[in-house]
Amino acid sequence: MVSKPVISAAEAAAMVKPGQTVQVGGFLGCGSPDGIIAELVKAGARDLTLVCNDTAVLDEKNGRVTGVAPMVKARCFSRVIVSHIGTNPETQRQMNAGETDVVLVPQGTLAERVRAAGTGLGGVLTPTGVGTEVEQGKQKILVNNKIYLLEEALPGDVALLKARRADRAGNLVYSKTARNFNPLMATACKLVIAEVEEIVEIGELDPDQVHTPCIFVDYLVLAGKGASA
Amino acid sequence: MIEYVESKETIARRIARIFGTGDVVNLGIGLPTLVGNFVPGDVTVVLQSENGLIGLGPAPAPGQADKDLTNAGAMPVTILPGGAFFDSATSFGIIRGGHVDYTVLGVLEVDQEGNLANYKIPGKMVPGMGGAMDLTTGSRIVIAATTHLEKSGASKLKRRCSLPLTAAGEVDIVVTDVGYFEVMGGKFHLTEYFPPYTPEWILAHTDADVVVHEGCKACEA
Repeated sequence: MVSKPVISAAEAAAMVKPGQTVQVGGFLGCGSPDGIIAELVKAGARDLTLVCNDTAVLDEKNGRVTGVAPMVKARCFSRVIVSHIGTNPETQRQMNAGETDVVLVPQGTLAERVRAAGTGLGGVLTPTGVGTEVEQGKQKILVNNKIYLLEEALPGDVALLKARRADRAGNLVYSKTARNFNPLMATACKLVIAEVEEIVEIGELDPDQVHTPCIFVDYLVLAGKGASA
Repeated sequence: MIEYVESKETIARRIARIFGTGDVVNLGIGLPTLVGNFVPGDVTVVLQSENGLIGLGPAPAPGQADKDLTNAGAMPVTILPGGAFFDSATSFGIIRGGHVDYTVLGVLEVDQEGNLANYKIPGKMVPGMGGAMDLTTGSRIVIAATTHLEKSGASKLKRRCSLPLTAAGEVDIVVTDVGYFEVMGGKFHLTEYFPPYTPEWILAHTDADVVVHEGCKACEA
Protein backbone atom coordinates (compact mmCIF):
# COMPACT_ATOMS: atom_id res chain seq x y z
CA MET A 1 0.00 0.00 0.00
CA VAL A 2 1.11 3.54 -0.75
CA SER A 3 1.76 5.71 2.31
CA LYS A 4 -0.10 9.01 2.52
CA PRO A 5 1.72 12.21 3.42
CA VAL A 6 1.41 13.28 7.05
CA ILE A 7 1.13 17.06 7.09
CA SER A 8 0.60 19.70 9.75
CA ALA A 9 -2.78 21.20 10.50
CA ALA A 10 -1.47 24.52 9.13
CA GLU A 11 -0.42 22.86 5.87
CA ALA A 12 -3.86 21.29 5.63
CA ALA A 13 -5.51 24.67 6.19
CA ALA A 14 -3.35 26.20 3.45
CA MET A 15 -4.82 23.74 0.93
CA VAL A 16 -8.30 25.24 1.38
CA LYS A 17 -8.85 28.09 -1.10
CA PRO A 18 -11.40 30.92 -1.07
CA GLY A 19 -14.62 30.05 -2.85
CA GLN A 20 -14.30 26.34 -2.21
CA THR A 21 -16.91 24.04 -0.69
CA VAL A 22 -15.60 22.31 2.42
CA GLN A 23 -17.35 19.33 3.95
CA VAL A 24 -16.53 19.07 7.64
CA GLY A 25 -17.30 16.00 9.73
CA GLY A 26 -18.86 16.29 13.17
CA PHE A 27 -22.17 16.39 15.01
CA LEU A 28 -22.34 19.49 17.22
CA GLY A 29 -18.57 19.28 17.25
CA CYS A 30 -18.28 15.61 18.19
CA GLY A 31 -16.01 14.17 15.49
CA SER A 32 -14.75 17.44 14.00
CA PRO A 33 -11.10 18.10 13.05
CA ASP A 34 -10.45 20.78 15.67
CA GLY A 35 -6.76 21.25 14.84
CA ILE A 36 -7.40 22.02 11.16
CA ILE A 37 -10.35 24.25 12.09
CA ALA A 38 -8.14 26.28 14.44
CA GLU A 39 -5.57 26.76 11.67
CA LEU A 40 -8.21 27.83 9.15
CA VAL A 41 -9.34 30.50 11.61
CA LYS A 42 -5.74 31.58 12.16
CA ALA A 43 -5.11 31.72 8.40
CA GLY A 44 -8.14 33.98 7.92
CA ALA A 45 -10.02 31.60 5.60
CA ARG A 46 -12.71 33.45 3.61
CA ASP A 47 -15.67 32.97 1.32
CA LEU A 48 -16.05 29.23 1.90
CA THR A 49 -19.21 27.18 1.56
CA LEU A 50 -19.67 24.83 4.50
CA VAL A 51 -21.36 21.47 4.28
CA CYS A 52 -21.74 20.05 7.79
CA ASN A 53 -24.45 18.55 9.95
CA ASP A 54 -24.72 21.78 11.93
CA THR A 55 -22.80 24.92 12.88
CA ALA A 56 -21.86 23.36 16.24
CA VAL A 57 -22.01 24.97 19.66
CA LEU A 58 -21.09 28.58 20.33
CA ASP A 59 -21.79 29.24 23.99
CA GLU A 60 -19.01 31.54 25.10
CA LYS A 61 -20.72 32.40 28.36
CA ASN A 62 -20.26 28.81 29.51
CA GLY A 63 -16.94 28.39 27.74
CA ARG A 64 -18.35 25.88 25.26
CA VAL A 65 -17.21 26.37 21.68
CA THR A 66 -17.10 23.24 19.51
CA GLY A 67 -16.49 22.04 15.96
CA VAL A 68 -16.85 24.60 13.18
CA ALA A 69 -18.24 27.28 15.53
CA PRO A 70 -14.91 29.23 15.62
CA MET A 71 -14.97 29.40 11.80
CA VAL A 72 -18.52 30.73 11.84
CA LYS A 73 -17.48 33.37 14.35
CA ALA A 74 -14.42 34.30 12.26
CA ARG A 75 -16.67 34.76 9.20
CA CYS A 76 -14.96 32.07 7.14
CA PHE A 77 -18.22 31.10 5.44
CA SER A 78 -20.34 32.98 2.96
CA ARG A 79 -22.74 30.05 2.77
CA VAL A 80 -23.58 27.18 5.11
CA ILE A 81 -25.53 24.07 4.11
CA VAL A 82 -26.52 22.34 7.36
CA SER A 83 -29.47 20.72 9.14
CA HIS A 84 -29.31 22.71 12.36
CA ILE A 85 -28.04 26.07 13.63
CA GLY A 86 -29.92 26.22 16.94
CA THR A 87 -26.85 25.93 19.17
CA ASN A 88 -24.87 28.65 17.42
CA PRO A 89 -26.54 32.06 17.83
CA GLU A 90 -23.85 33.68 15.67
CA THR A 91 -25.03 31.72 12.62
CA GLN A 92 -28.52 32.99 13.27
CA ARG A 93 -27.26 36.55 13.66
CA GLN A 94 -25.31 36.38 10.37
CA MET A 95 -28.35 34.90 8.64
CA ASN A 96 -30.70 37.61 9.90
CA ALA A 97 -28.16 40.33 9.00
CA GLY A 98 -27.86 38.96 5.48
CA GLU A 99 -24.15 38.27 5.96
CA THR A 100 -24.26 34.53 5.49
CA ASP A 101 -26.52 32.46 3.28
CA VAL A 102 -27.98 29.65 5.40
CA VAL A 103 -29.47 26.65 3.62
CA LEU A 104 -31.28 24.24 5.94
CA VAL A 105 -31.46 20.63 4.78
CA PRO A 106 -33.13 17.76 6.67
CA GLN A 107 -30.37 15.73 8.28
CA GLY A 108 -31.12 12.44 6.55
CA THR A 109 -31.39 14.21 3.22
CA LEU A 110 -28.04 15.92 3.81
CA ALA A 111 -26.43 12.55 4.58
CA GLU A 112 -27.89 10.99 1.43
CA ARG A 113 -26.93 13.94 -0.80
CA VAL A 114 -23.33 13.65 0.38
CA ARG A 115 -23.41 9.89 0.00
CA ALA A 116 -24.87 10.21 -3.51
CA ALA A 117 -22.06 12.57 -4.51
CA GLY A 118 -19.49 10.05 -3.37
CA THR A 119 -21.10 7.03 -4.96
CA GLY A 120 -21.77 8.20 -8.49
CA LEU A 121 -25.44 8.98 -8.07
CA GLY A 122 -27.13 12.10 -9.42
CA GLY A 123 -29.25 12.32 -6.32
CA VAL A 124 -31.79 10.43 -4.28
CA LEU A 125 -35.57 10.21 -4.01
CA THR A 126 -36.78 10.83 -0.47
CA PRO A 127 -40.23 11.31 1.06
CA THR A 128 -38.71 13.63 3.68
CA GLY A 129 -39.90 17.21 3.30
CA VAL A 130 -43.00 16.55 1.17
CA GLY A 131 -45.69 19.02 2.22
CA THR A 132 -43.15 21.40 3.82
CA GLU A 133 -41.07 24.37 2.67
CA VAL A 134 -38.31 21.89 1.84
CA GLU A 135 -40.19 20.77 -1.28
CA GLN A 136 -40.09 24.26 -2.83
CA GLY A 137 -38.32 24.32 -6.18
CA LYS A 138 -37.77 20.58 -6.23
CA GLN A 139 -38.95 18.00 -8.68
CA LYS A 140 -41.60 15.65 -7.27
CA ILE A 141 -41.58 12.12 -8.58
CA LEU A 142 -44.32 9.55 -8.10
CA VAL A 143 -43.05 6.01 -7.53
CA ASN A 144 -45.56 3.26 -6.76
CA ASN A 145 -48.13 5.89 -5.75
CA LYS A 146 -45.89 7.60 -3.24
CA ILE A 147 -44.49 11.11 -3.72
CA TYR A 148 -40.75 11.65 -3.40
CA LEU A 149 -38.54 14.69 -3.74
CA LEU A 150 -35.55 14.57 -6.04
CA GLU A 151 -32.64 15.70 -3.88
CA GLU A 152 -29.48 16.26 -5.85
CA ALA A 153 -26.01 15.00 -5.00
CA LEU A 154 -23.89 17.42 -2.96
CA PRO A 155 -20.18 17.15 -3.76
CA GLY A 156 -17.40 19.18 -2.16
CA ASP A 157 -13.92 20.41 -2.96
CA VAL A 158 -12.28 19.51 0.34
CA ALA A 159 -13.32 17.08 3.07
CA LEU A 160 -11.96 17.81 6.54
CA LEU A 161 -12.45 14.72 8.65
CA LYS A 162 -11.73 13.46 12.15
CA ALA A 163 -10.91 9.83 12.87
CA ARG A 164 -9.65 8.00 15.94
CA ARG A 165 -6.93 6.07 14.16
CA ALA A 166 -5.31 5.74 10.74
CA ASP A 167 -2.63 3.55 9.30
CA ARG A 168 0.01 5.14 7.09
CA ALA A 169 -1.95 4.08 4.00
CA GLY A 170 -4.85 6.27 5.15
CA ASN A 171 -7.30 3.60 6.25
CA LEU A 172 -9.51 5.20 8.90
CA VAL A 173 -11.23 3.95 12.03
CA TYR A 174 -13.67 6.28 13.76
CA SER A 175 -14.69 6.32 17.39
CA LYS A 176 -18.26 5.88 18.63
CA THR A 177 -20.61 8.76 17.72
CA ALA A 178 -17.67 10.78 16.37
CA ARG A 179 -18.21 8.81 13.14
CA ASN A 180 -21.42 10.56 11.94
CA PHE A 181 -20.87 12.29 8.55
CA ASN A 182 -17.11 11.60 8.33
CA PRO A 183 -17.19 8.39 6.26
CA LEU A 184 -19.73 9.89 3.84
CA MET A 185 -17.73 13.06 3.26
CA ALA A 186 -14.59 10.98 2.70
CA THR A 187 -16.17 9.77 -0.54
CA ALA A 188 -17.68 13.03 -1.78
CA CYS A 189 -14.77 15.49 -2.13
CA LYS A 190 -11.86 15.95 -4.52
CA LEU A 191 -9.35 16.43 -1.70
CA VAL A 192 -9.70 14.51 1.55
CA ILE A 193 -7.73 15.35 4.69
CA ALA A 194 -8.19 13.37 7.89
CA GLU A 195 -7.09 14.57 11.31
CA VAL A 196 -6.42 11.51 13.45
CA GLU A 197 -5.42 10.86 17.03
CA GLU A 198 -3.05 8.04 16.20
CA ILE A 199 -1.17 6.78 13.14
CA VAL A 200 -0.12 3.13 13.07
CA GLU A 201 1.96 1.18 10.55
CA ILE A 202 0.44 -0.45 7.49
CA GLY A 203 -0.82 -3.88 8.45
CA GLU A 204 -1.65 -2.95 12.04
CA LEU A 205 -5.34 -2.25 11.37
CA ASP A 206 -7.61 -5.26 11.04
CA PRO A 207 -9.05 -4.89 7.49
CA ASP A 208 -12.40 -6.05 8.88
CA GLN A 209 -12.48 -3.04 11.21
CA VAL A 210 -11.64 -0.30 8.68
CA HIS A 211 -14.51 2.21 8.30
CA THR A 212 -13.06 4.31 5.45
CA PRO A 213 -10.80 2.50 2.98
CA CYS A 214 -7.47 4.26 2.28
CA ILE A 215 -8.19 5.04 -1.38
CA PHE A 216 -10.50 7.87 -0.29
CA VAL A 217 -7.89 9.65 1.83
CA ASP A 218 -5.19 12.01 0.48
CA TYR A 219 -3.50 13.45 3.57
CA LEU A 220 -3.24 12.73 7.28
CA VAL A 221 -2.84 15.23 10.10
CA LEU A 222 -1.86 14.03 13.56
CA ALA A 223 -4.19 15.71 16.07
CA GLY A 224 -2.68 17.79 18.83
CA LYS A 225 0.47 18.58 16.86
CA GLY A 226 -0.65 22.12 16.01
CA ALA A 227 1.12 23.98 13.24
CA SER A 228 4.42 22.13 13.42
CA ALA A 229 3.66 18.44 12.97
CA MET B 1 -62.33 25.99 39.03
CA ILE B 2 -59.33 24.04 37.81
CA GLU B 3 -56.06 25.93 37.60
CA TYR B 4 -53.65 24.82 34.89
CA VAL B 5 -50.19 23.92 36.22
CA GLU B 6 -47.64 22.92 33.63
CA SER B 7 -46.21 19.43 34.24
CA LYS B 8 -43.61 18.02 31.90
CA GLU B 9 -43.23 15.01 34.16
CA THR B 10 -46.89 14.07 33.61
CA ILE B 11 -46.30 14.06 29.85
CA ALA B 12 -43.08 12.06 30.10
CA ARG B 13 -44.61 9.49 32.47
CA ARG B 14 -47.59 8.84 30.21
CA ILE B 15 -45.56 8.55 27.02
CA ALA B 16 -43.13 6.17 28.72
CA ARG B 17 -46.02 3.70 29.26
CA ILE B 18 -46.84 3.54 25.54
CA PHE B 19 -43.84 1.41 24.59
CA GLY B 20 -43.41 -2.36 24.69
CA THR B 21 -40.31 -4.46 25.06
CA GLY B 22 -38.21 -4.46 21.89
CA ASP B 23 -39.63 -1.25 20.49
CA VAL B 24 -37.09 1.01 18.81
CA VAL B 25 -37.62 4.54 20.09
CA ASN B 26 -36.08 7.90 19.21
CA LEU B 27 -36.50 10.64 21.82
CA GLY B 28 -36.05 14.25 20.73
CA ILE B 29 -34.15 16.89 22.65
CA GLY B 30 -35.73 18.58 25.67
CA LEU B 31 -39.04 17.34 27.05
CA PRO B 32 -38.96 14.08 25.00
CA THR B 33 -35.61 13.15 26.55
CA LEU B 34 -37.34 13.04 29.98
CA VAL B 35 -39.44 10.11 28.74
CA GLY B 36 -36.41 7.83 29.08
CA ASN B 37 -36.46 8.31 32.87
CA PHE B 38 -39.95 6.80 33.25
CA VAL B 39 -39.96 3.63 31.14
CA PRO B 40 -41.34 0.90 33.44
CA GLY B 41 -38.77 -1.52 34.82
CA ASP B 42 -40.30 -4.54 33.13
CA VAL B 43 -40.11 -2.97 29.65
CA THR B 44 -36.89 -2.88 27.64
CA VAL B 45 -36.91 -0.43 24.76
CA VAL B 46 -34.07 0.12 22.31
CA LEU B 47 -33.25 3.81 22.18
CA GLN B 48 -31.93 5.13 18.88
CA SER B 49 -30.06 8.41 18.67
CA GLU B 50 -29.80 9.94 15.20
CA ASN B 51 -26.18 10.97 15.64
CA GLY B 52 -25.32 7.31 15.25
CA LEU B 53 -26.18 4.72 17.85
CA ILE B 54 -28.72 2.26 19.15
CA GLY B 55 -28.64 1.15 22.75
CA LEU B 56 -28.43 4.63 24.21
CA GLY B 57 -27.69 4.43 27.92
CA PRO B 58 -27.91 6.92 30.79
CA ALA B 59 -25.59 9.85 31.40
CA PRO B 60 -22.12 8.75 32.53
CA ALA B 61 -20.98 8.99 36.15
CA PRO B 62 -19.23 12.27 36.98
CA GLY B 63 -15.78 12.31 35.43
CA GLN B 64 -16.58 9.39 33.10
CA ALA B 65 -17.71 11.38 30.05
CA ASP B 66 -16.23 10.25 26.72
CA LYS B 67 -15.71 13.09 24.21
CA ASP B 68 -16.60 10.68 21.38
CA LEU B 69 -19.90 9.50 22.89
CA THR B 70 -22.76 11.98 22.91
CA ASN B 71 -26.46 12.08 22.18
CA ALA B 72 -28.05 14.23 19.47
CA GLY B 73 -28.03 17.17 21.89
CA ALA B 74 -24.25 16.90 22.36
CA MET B 75 -24.63 15.72 25.95
CA PRO B 76 -22.36 12.93 27.19
CA VAL B 77 -24.13 9.56 27.25
CA THR B 78 -23.26 5.87 27.56
CA ILE B 79 -24.02 2.88 25.38
CA LEU B 80 -25.62 -0.26 26.79
CA PRO B 81 -24.18 -3.74 26.26
CA GLY B 82 -25.38 -4.93 22.84
CA GLY B 83 -25.53 -1.41 21.43
CA ALA B 84 -24.00 -0.36 18.12
CA PHE B 85 -22.57 2.71 16.41
CA PHE B 86 -23.08 3.70 12.76
CA ASP B 87 -22.68 6.61 10.37
CA SER B 88 -25.33 9.23 9.60
CA ALA B 89 -26.49 7.58 6.35
CA THR B 90 -27.15 4.31 8.19
CA SER B 91 -28.77 6.21 11.04
CA PHE B 92 -31.23 7.90 8.73
CA GLY B 93 -31.66 4.71 6.75
CA ILE B 94 -32.92 3.23 10.02
CA ILE B 95 -35.19 6.25 10.52
CA ARG B 96 -36.59 6.73 7.00
CA GLY B 97 -36.68 3.01 6.38
CA GLY B 98 -39.40 2.45 8.95
CA HIS B 99 -37.18 0.68 11.49
CA VAL B 100 -37.99 3.13 14.29
CA ASP B 101 -41.28 2.25 16.01
CA TYR B 102 -41.83 5.50 17.91
CA THR B 103 -40.42 8.98 17.64
CA VAL B 104 -41.22 11.51 20.35
CA LEU B 105 -40.86 15.18 19.45
CA GLY B 106 -41.42 18.51 21.10
CA VAL B 107 -43.59 21.01 19.23
CA LEU B 108 -44.21 24.69 18.76
CA GLU B 109 -47.60 23.86 17.30
CA VAL B 110 -49.47 20.67 16.46
CA ASP B 111 -52.79 20.61 14.64
CA GLN B 112 -55.82 18.37 14.21
CA GLU B 113 -54.66 17.29 10.74
CA GLY B 114 -51.53 15.78 12.27
CA ASN B 115 -49.29 18.62 11.12
CA LEU B 116 -46.42 19.58 13.37
CA ALA B 117 -44.28 22.73 13.47
CA ASN B 118 -41.12 22.87 15.56
CA TYR B 119 -38.16 24.15 13.54
CA LYS B 120 -38.74 27.73 12.55
CA ILE B 121 -40.39 30.96 13.64
CA PRO B 122 -39.75 33.13 10.57
CA GLY B 123 -37.82 36.29 11.40
CA LYS B 124 -37.42 35.28 15.04
CA MET B 125 -35.91 31.92 15.73
CA VAL B 126 -34.67 29.40 13.20
CA PRO B 127 -32.98 26.45 14.90
CA GLY B 128 -33.38 24.22 11.86
CA MET B 129 -35.07 20.88 11.44
CA GLY B 130 -32.09 18.66 12.25
CA GLY B 131 -33.41 15.12 11.96
CA ALA B 132 -37.04 15.93 12.79
CA MET B 133 -38.38 15.85 9.23
CA ASP B 134 -36.88 12.42 8.57
CA LEU B 135 -38.05 11.13 11.96
CA THR B 136 -41.65 12.21 11.41
CA THR B 137 -41.65 10.90 7.84
CA GLY B 138 -40.12 7.53 8.60
CA SER B 139 -41.12 6.45 12.09
CA ARG B 140 -44.01 4.04 12.43
CA ILE B 141 -45.75 6.15 15.09
CA VAL B 142 -45.12 9.84 15.71
CA ILE B 143 -45.82 11.15 19.21
CA ALA B 144 -45.97 14.89 19.87
CA ALA B 145 -45.09 15.80 23.46
CA THR B 146 -46.22 19.21 24.60
CA THR B 147 -47.55 21.19 27.49
CA HIS B 148 -51.22 21.85 26.81
CA LEU B 149 -51.03 25.62 27.07
CA GLU B 150 -48.39 28.19 26.30
CA LYS B 151 -47.18 30.52 29.04
CA SER B 152 -49.63 33.06 27.56
CA GLY B 153 -52.48 30.62 28.08
CA ALA B 154 -52.88 29.91 24.35
CA SER B 155 -53.61 26.35 23.24
CA LYS B 156 -50.63 24.52 21.73
CA LEU B 157 -53.10 22.27 19.92
CA LYS B 158 -54.39 24.09 16.86
CA ARG B 159 -56.94 23.71 14.12
CA ARG B 160 -54.21 24.55 11.67
CA CYS B 161 -50.52 25.25 12.25
CA SER B 162 -49.51 28.77 11.31
CA LEU B 163 -45.73 28.16 11.42
CA PRO B 164 -43.74 26.40 8.69
CA LEU B 165 -44.36 22.66 8.98
CA THR B 166 -41.83 20.10 10.08
CA ALA B 167 -44.24 17.31 9.18
CA ALA B 168 -47.38 17.24 7.07
CA GLY B 169 -50.07 14.91 8.45
CA GLU B 170 -47.61 12.62 10.24
CA VAL B 171 -48.57 12.98 13.93
CA ASP B 172 -50.44 9.99 15.39
CA ILE B 173 -50.57 10.74 19.11
CA VAL B 174 -50.39 13.93 21.16
CA VAL B 175 -49.72 13.70 24.89
CA THR B 176 -50.05 16.86 26.95
CA ASP B 177 -50.17 17.41 30.68
CA VAL B 178 -53.98 17.26 30.64
CA GLY B 179 -54.70 14.30 28.38
CA TYR B 180 -53.91 11.78 25.68
CA PHE B 181 -55.14 12.47 22.15
CA GLU B 182 -55.18 10.38 19.01
CA VAL B 183 -55.20 12.25 15.71
CA MET B 184 -57.78 10.74 13.38
CA GLY B 185 -59.99 12.03 10.57
CA GLY B 186 -58.95 15.66 11.04
CA LYS B 187 -59.76 15.78 14.76
CA PHE B 188 -58.11 15.25 18.12
CA HIS B 189 -59.74 12.28 19.86
CA LEU B 190 -59.41 12.50 23.63
CA THR B 191 -58.98 8.98 24.96
CA GLU B 192 -57.65 9.75 28.44
CA TYR B 193 -57.77 12.75 30.70
CA PHE B 194 -55.52 13.38 33.65
CA PRO B 195 -57.34 14.60 36.81
CA PRO B 196 -57.85 17.20 38.12
CA TYR B 197 -58.56 18.11 34.48
CA THR B 198 -61.86 16.97 33.02
CA PRO B 199 -63.05 16.49 29.43
CA GLU B 200 -65.11 19.67 29.84
CA TRP B 201 -62.05 21.67 30.91
CA ILE B 202 -60.07 20.23 28.00
CA LEU B 203 -62.77 21.10 25.45
CA ALA B 204 -62.86 24.64 26.82
CA HIS B 205 -59.07 25.06 26.71
CA THR B 206 -58.24 23.55 23.32
CA ASP B 207 -58.40 25.72 20.23
CA ALA B 208 -59.19 22.81 17.92
CA ASP B 209 -61.83 20.20 17.20
CA VAL B 210 -61.70 17.67 20.02
CA VAL B 211 -63.86 14.58 20.16
CA VAL B 212 -64.25 12.94 23.55
CA HIS B 213 -63.66 9.38 22.48
CA GLU B 214 -66.08 6.63 23.45
CA GLY B 215 -64.55 5.01 26.51
CA CYS B 216 -62.47 8.06 27.35
CA LYS B 217 -61.30 7.57 30.92
CA ALA B 218 -59.58 9.29 33.78
CA CYS B 219 -56.03 8.15 34.04
CA GLU B 220 -53.16 8.67 36.43
CA ALA B 221 -50.32 9.73 34.19
